[in-house]
Amino acid sequence: METSTVNNNFKSEEYFINMGPQHPATHGVLRLLLTIDGETIKKVEPDLGYIHRSIEKMCERDSYQQIVHLTDRMDYLSSNINNEAVCLAVENALQIEVPDRVKVIRTIIGELTRIASHNLWWGVMGMDVGALTTYFYAFRDREMINDIFEETCGARLTMNYNIPGGLMFDIHPNFVKRVKEFIAHFKTKLPEYDTLLTNNVIFQKRMRGVGMLSKEDAISYGASGPVGRGSGYSCDVRKLHPYSALDKVTFNEALRTEGDSFARYEVRIQEMWESMSIVEQLIDNIPEGDYKVETNAVIKLPKGEFYQKVETARGELGVYIISTGTKNPYRLKFRSPGFSNLSLLNHIAVGGKIGDLVASMATLDLVIPDIDR
Amino acid sequence: MSVTGKYFLHSQKGAITQQYPDNRETLKMFERFRGEVVMPHDENNEHRCTGCQKCELACPNGTIEIIWDRQVDPETGKKKKLIEKHIYHLGMCTMCGLCIEACPTDAIKWAQNYENSVYDRTTLTRVLNKPGSKLMPGVEE
Repeated sequence: METSTVNNNFKSEEYFINMGPQHPATHGVLRLLLTIDGETIKKVEPDLGYIHRSIEKMCERDSYQQIVHLTDRMDYLSSNINNEAVCLAVENALQIEVPDRVKVIRTIIGELTRIASHNLWWGVMGMDVGALTTYFYAFRDREMINDIFEETCGARLTMNYNIPGGLMFDIHPNFVKRVKEFIAHFKTKLPEYDTLLTNNVIFQKRMRGVGMLSKEDAISYGASGPVGRGSGYSCDVRKLHPYSALDKVTFNEALRTEGDSFARYEVRIQEMWESMSIVEQLIDNIPEGDYKVETNAVIKLPKGEFYQKVETARGELGVYIISTGTKNPYRLKFRSPGFSNLSLLNHIAVGGKIGDLVASMATLDLVIPDIDR
Repeated sequence: MSVTGKYFLHSQKGAITQQYPDNRETLKMFERFRGEVVMPHDENNEHRCTGCQKCELACPNGTIEIIWDRQVDPETGKKKKLIEKHIYHLGMCTMCGLCIEACPTDAIKWAQNYENSVYDRTTLTRVLNKPGSKLMPGVEE
């Protein structure tokens, strides 16, 4: 009896708390304004702009070759795919047909980038829910992909390997051998990921039924990538609008209908398997030929508007160029996947606890420079 | 547990973590690795830079600055463009590699050093051509 009176007298009231901008669980400088009642979240308000570098404005200053390297710095975990998006947009505008070799190499490197990105996400995902070990296993495997990139592209993170018209240089002679080594290695390691984390009961309890997102909400919030596909929204640009050599390969779109955090987790794990299968299908028969077509030293796009979308590791990246016929774009807009995916954070986190917010935010796989640009 | 236990018991086969590359003398970096831009000189202190400024134009963020002058070539008697200073601001460089792609005479290339942090930022501004260096004979634009 006594305890109940105490509980009745104890009045809770809502209060604000800042999560970030410097918080280990936000993966970058993202500030979340939380309205909480006890530990229950009432409202999540993301505050952006801490890493805004005005990349879109800088693009208006730069030539089309120079724009490519800026996209490395948006979603740095899928930098090669970002590069590809700009290059494809410029090539489509100029109506250049790149050689088959370029298409295949771009696809292989793009899928390797996706594996590396999901790999890092998996490590960080485990760390966000308190499993520190996953981080080290993920980095061991990602290191092999980074070595492949370092040998062929010259950098480990910000590659700038694609140029309008093809690739900056041909693949390194060791490339095929190293990729095959990696695939063989990773095929034995990916089941270990399941043993370590996926089948862990504590982890499943943290993920199942948390951060629910229905298919209708996913569509109305503009979710894309694994976030949309975890809710049963078929939105894989690689399937719907294939680019580069993706029309030559067969792969399954990873789809889950549950819409919770665990579904988004499973989508990414399956995507790593699918990406490996895409690389395997292409790696043995890279066509011979040139690695680029010569373009003019000064690229001038025809007057008009051009749009190209690709599937990065996080979702749909759109590049929208308005050209007035000069050597710089009049306006360049990036439709970044992270921004739309962040917008639904409030929707999935309200009513949950702070611990769940961290876990469901990890399944959104946010990269803050991609959101702020 | 079984996975971590396996790696713990077989840790002599290779650690999961990676060491910082302290073995600077023996470490061989990948030849394409982008550490910083350098200008190779031969034993006669001659470089291949004609001062065409294509790298300066290709650079997206003003990292390269070329101070040049027209001097009379003693052989032909004509005035020729020669570089005085090829200034490279490492602190501004994004390692995009467009300058090296743009160079028509292969005068600049990547160096593979990976320790670029310094205590004083003025040391990041470098003059790539060595003092008293000349243009290698036979290199034309």
